[in-house]
Amino acid sequence: MAYSAEKLEEEKVFKDPVHRYIHVKDRVIWDLIGTKEFQRLRRIRQLGTTFLTFHGAEHSRFNHSLGVYEIVRRIVDDVFAGRPEWKEEERLLTLCAALLHDLGHGPFSHSFEKVFDLDHEDFTQAIIMGETEVNKVLTRIHKSFPKRVAEVIAKTSDNKLVISLISSQIDADRMDYLQRDAYFTGVSYGHFDMERILRVMRPQKDQVVIKKSGMHAVEDYIMSRYQMYWQVYFHPVSRGAEVILSKILHRAKYLYKQNYSFKHQPQHFYSFFNDKVTLEDYLKLDESIILYYFQMWQEEEDEILSDLCSRFVNRNLFKFTEFDPAKEYKKLAELNTLFIKAGIDPEYYLVVDSSSDLPYDFYRPGEEGERLPIHLLMKNGELRELSRESEVVDAISGKRRTDHKLYFPVDLLKDDSSKKNIKKQICSLLDI
Amino acid sequence: MLKDHARVMHAVMVSGEIIGRKKLQKMIYIAKKISFPFQERFQFHFYGPYSEELTLRMEELCNMGFVAEVREKKGGYFQYRYTLTDSGKEFLSLNTIEMPFLEDCLTDMNSQNARFLELVSTVLYFDNLSKEEVMDKVFTLKSSQRYTEAEIEEAYNYINCLKEKAKLQ
Repeated sequence: MAYSAEKLEEEKVFKDPVHRYIHVKDRVIWDLIGTKEFQRLRRIRQLGTTFLTFHGAEHSRFNHSLGVYEIVRRIVDDVFAGRPEWKEEERLLTLCAALLHDLGHGPFSHSFEKVFDLDHEDFTQAIIMGETEVNKVLTRIHKSFPKRVAEVIAKTSDNKLVISLISSQIDADRMDYLQRDAYFTGVSYGHFDMERILRVMRPQKDQVVIKKSGMHAVEDYIMSRYQMYWQVYFHPVSRGAEVILSKILHRAKYLYKQNYSFKHQPQHFYSFFNDKVTLEDYLKLDESIILYYFQMWQEEEDEILSDLCSRFVNRNLFKFTEFDPAKEYKKLAELNTLFIKAGIDPEYYLVVDSSSDLPYDFYRPGEEGERLPIHLLMKNGELRELSRESEVVDAISGKRRTDHKLYFPVDLLKDDSSKKNIKKQICSLLDI
Repeated sequence: MLKDHARVMHAVMVSGEIIGRKKLQKMIYIAKKISFPFQERFQFHFYGPYSEELTLRMEELCNMGFVAEVREKKGGYFQYRYTLTDSGKEFLSLNTIEMPFLEDCLTDMNSQNARFLELVSTVLYFDNLSKEEVMDKVFTLKSSQRYTEAEIEEAYNYINCLKEKAKLQ
């Protein structure tokens, strides 16, 4: 029997708090889950530093990846199977891409990638196409199969329907993370009737569409997405933790370049500091290792590094204030100067962080913006863009919300044992 | 402090005026690929590499009054023109950006049309593939643009020329 058609003797199930059970019957999926590259995702938190705000948010990319796989499995097996627009031979490609879509995420992805100018999507490609256990499993299906999976994840495949199941404005990725993140953070947002949405999804040539009768369930999904972004993903305390995390990494890199003698040699970081990261180096790093270094670097002689690490480990985060760059950029320059005078390095201790979200966008012909909109399938077979039918969605379509915050260490500014007058001026400018 | 914003503003300033969102996206992507330190992430979209972060950055800069956006109707669609405002110039004077060879590269790109830049950016996006594979990608993913082999060859030559300008070779 061909490997692609091989089924497990008995279906395996993973107990899951969001989807109740995750069902695995295909041998290839079971083998992929067992690879060391996929198991590594157990050691990468789904929400990075959010656990410092919502203490339940300790769930991993492993949980989420299984969840996305399960949603896609339900769509292709329970909804799409037998429909003329769906090609059954794409089933395994779709399931593998769903399972592996986040494979390249590193520890504390967002900050880490920014500091070292990396992109987890490149590593997803590298893991799938490189000399890895994942590649060996996929190659058993066909030598071209890893490439096909990688192209779906990179959105460079010509199969737009399969891409849209995993990456679009209503995809399995979002449907899983909204519910999972809501569950683990404990917030009451993020809930919507996924079963209903799955039942009304229909395959079309280039994308998944939704039967008009499911419009209200989709409205609920879009609103819960909107709320989750502002209540959880852009929570200012989590962003403050991200600020410290990235400044620690910047400082460590800076010190390394200055030939600083670390008490605890950052050997796991050498290739990152030297901008020569191999796949092997990347896969060795996980959040436990990063947190180990932060723990140890608290003992470093460099005051900035040890202070920032202590703040992260002990959750003594920066305070923040609202900041309007357009009106206050001169004030920011003034604060910068005062921080230097006060002996507090603004490069590490005065940070603007911006967040922005566009909850739903429609398509404007000829414009480079190009998010594929959600289409409703009307009774007469016509397709109508969601915001044309839904007043709720129309109200938030194309409207971006942006928020800027200014972060600073209030404890250092309130410490009047030195530079008292300058710090007083700073506090006055910050209105604290 | 707001360095990522400042880099994009600097790009707009040295370009003088950039006409079209697609062109702006491709110019920044190409500049980033030939090693100028832009931080925005790009993914492959309908018209080639596209950055949601850059779109956001531009919207913010327009809202802040640092970049002027003029929307004009052109045929069946809208076109956007971008220039730096006086307050944008003042902001930049407080935030020094050092990318000495950027102006040459962006000026050159700005004189090309968006269709060609779309091809150049697509070729750069697949720079880990062989030339034959890149051609295959262009013909498959960009079939509506009907690029020819000669144009793809021209894109490769243009990339080399830009790298030369960026002093990378």
